[in-house]
Amino acid sequence: MRDVAIAGYAASVSTEPYAGNEIELVMPVVADAVAASGLARDEIGITVAASSDFLVGQAFAFVRGLDAVGAYPVIDDSHLDMDGAWALYEAWVRLQVGDVDSALVYAIGKTSAGRLHELMPLSYDPYYVAPLSPDPRALAALQARCLIDAGVASERDFADVAARVHGADALELLRAPYVASPLRAHDCPPVTDGAAAVVLVAGDAARRAPGRAVWIRGIDHRVEPHALGARDLTRAPSVERAAHEAGAGDVSIAELHTQYAHEEIVLRRALGLDDHVAINPSGGPLRANPVMATGLIRIGEAAANIAAARADRAVAHAGAGACLQQNLVCVLEGA
Amino acid sequence: MPSPCAIVGIGQTEHARCRKLSIAELAREAAERALSDAELTWADIDAVVLGKTPDVFDGVMFPELYLADAIGAVGKPLMRISTAGSVGGHTAIQAAQLVRARIHRRVLAVAYTKESEGDINWAVQGGGIPFVSPFVAGPGGYFCLHIRDYIRRADAPGHIGVQVAYKDRRNALRNPHAHVRIEGITREQVAESPMLWDPVRYLETCPSSDGACAMVLTDERGAAASPRRPAWVLATAVRTEPATAPGRDHANPLAGIECAKAIYAQAGIADPRREVDVAEMYVPFSWHEPMWLENMLVADTNGGGWRMVDSGATELGGDFPVNPSGGVLSANPTGATGMIRFAEAAMQVRGQAGEHQVDGARVALGHAQGGAASYVAAWLVGSQRR
Repeated sequence: MRDVAIAGYAASVSTEPYAGNEIELVMPVVADAVAASGLARDEIGITVAASSDFLVGQAFAFVRGLDAVGAYPVIDDSHLDMDGAWALYEAWVRLQVGDVDSALVYAIGKTSAGRLHELMPLSYDPYYVAPLSPDPRALAALQARCLIDAGVASERDFADVAARVHGADALELLRAPYVASPLRAHDCPPVTDGAAAVVLVAGDAARRAPGRAVWIRGIDHRVEPHALGARDLTRAPSVERAAHEAGAGDVSIAELHTQYAHEEIVLRRALGLDDHVAINPSGGPLRANPVMATGLIRIGEAAANIAAARADRAVAHAGAGACLQQNLVCVLEGA
Repeated sequence: MPSPCAIVGIGQTEHARCRKLSIAELAREAAERALSDAELTWADIDAVVLGKTPDVFDGVMFPELYLADAIGAVGKPLMRISTAGSVGGHTAIQAAQLVRARIHRRVLAVAYTKESEGDINWAVQGGGIPFVSPFVAGPGGYFCLHIRDYIRRADAPGHIGVQVAYKDRRNALRNPHAHVRIEGITREQVAESPMLWDPVRYLETCPSSDGACAMVLTDERGAAASPRRPAWVLATAVRTEPATAPGRDHANPLAGIECAKAIYAQAGIADPRREVDVAEMYVPFSWHEPMWLENMLVADTNGGGWRMVDSGATELGGDFPVNPSGGVLSANPTGATGMIRFAEAAMQVRGQAGEHQVDGARVALGHAQGGAASYVAAWLVGSQRR
């Protein structure tokens, strides 16, 4: 495998609705990530974007993203309707092919434009589940309930996660009403507008980049069956497999795509993380969840910690689908 | 060095206005046929790449999650590409990159849209450009303006569009997968069909179809084990340009020109008109054939394209057959349409195209466009490795 490094990262998130459009949101983020990489925009080999037409409420919404990345006069470009972490994976694959040496990855997540809990059911089985329009928090609650029923975790454990994230007292949090039993509001992510961009560089170009190099040591992703009834929701075998393939382990920081407090417990077990590993020092998705960018931000934040020498080795996780149906694991290491 | 990459399995559904099956069944039908063609099982596949036009077209958000089981992706890496009408091409190329990068040995690429679940002419409206009111004319109303620009610049005679459509409609009669098959079609029928978006008539227009396409891509060892002749991927490229940049040439987009230059350079082709034997091109409206022949540098700019059409060169039996399958005019499940072009090109060099086979085809061009003809994907495939 070719050595690939994260040479630039920038993100912008806000739990207040962003007044501008998606392009205005992502443009400064792209500019900052490119500036941090030490490369000029026109030196970057390819771009890979991530966004969701449904979040924007318009087909081909991603076409306008081109205005934010300087696509003039013409670029080598791709787009996924997946979290930006998968866009980073596509860029990493291209760097492994070896015909380009650098890539710009960006993700747009302006979730305040619609009602997420009404939109997300459109991503469930269109014949048997979507017509019932289950609130995504209700499906997450099923997984949390499974953990309790299996004796894996308690509501107190969920509250402990939320207390750490929100800087609150766990016993106090347990007095809050349920949103979807056994989940409370503080166990669920806030509506967030945001964007993120990462610049990847390969080989010698990576060694010339400014600052401490952050290398991608392994990256893999796996998907599980769609029907919740076909899965053991107390486990995340796709995370276990991806972690194995990516060579996860022996890390001091983990940035996890935990949209709900109990998912941290599932992911800790699947990734084999002990109490010495700092989980989501960034605050994580419970503090800021710009859907489509949240997973890419995990990778960026883990890289930022290594670049700042707060860690030598970290794992980042991105998830998609109800109850963590699809998962990506990325292992990062400092030079 | 990247790994060589070959196509060893190809499958398509019967494309139609409305297939009475679920979205999962539609995608799976193509995938099963590709596996069957390759004589492989689901267990042989290492990773799956799914492609589809915007989710709004048939109302399923992130369909890869729902389709994970149906397309055999459970336990495996699954990606979902989304780049407008060119997406089928981008998807095939992404599958090829996974093989070339030596990350996976056998990759399944699947692309589909079940257009009957929605209304594409409504879904493409958008209207997101500030101070510009929505066009509300569908893709035909948008592209006819560029076609008229081409006719003016190239001084093209009016019958060229009819001639392309008449050819594609006859070719479709040789393709069992085609959606629009009009037995006994005549030139007069095309020429007398209703004018929709001047100069584009009803029978010069693509349909809206339910359909899927799938391919199995593999490395050198996989190709050696293939029961049927593989098609080798000789070159791939994608290029994108901003749809609304001032000064953009809509009739001859730079993205296409740059994409063409890239694939010919990779495959060592100096004269595509002579060195490429057959092309499957993205021609949703008849006039796009001469325009894209020029755009992809097969014909000279501002007239070479329509002269090729007029001379009969692009007929099945001509010296540069274009769309022997009947093309986009004969089936247009938008998510799969680009991949069908890529797959039909591979079928030609595998000698697998049945009644629409171009005799002795050794090098074929697969071409797809999307958005405002602002996304372009293309590959060259060959019967021999280079």
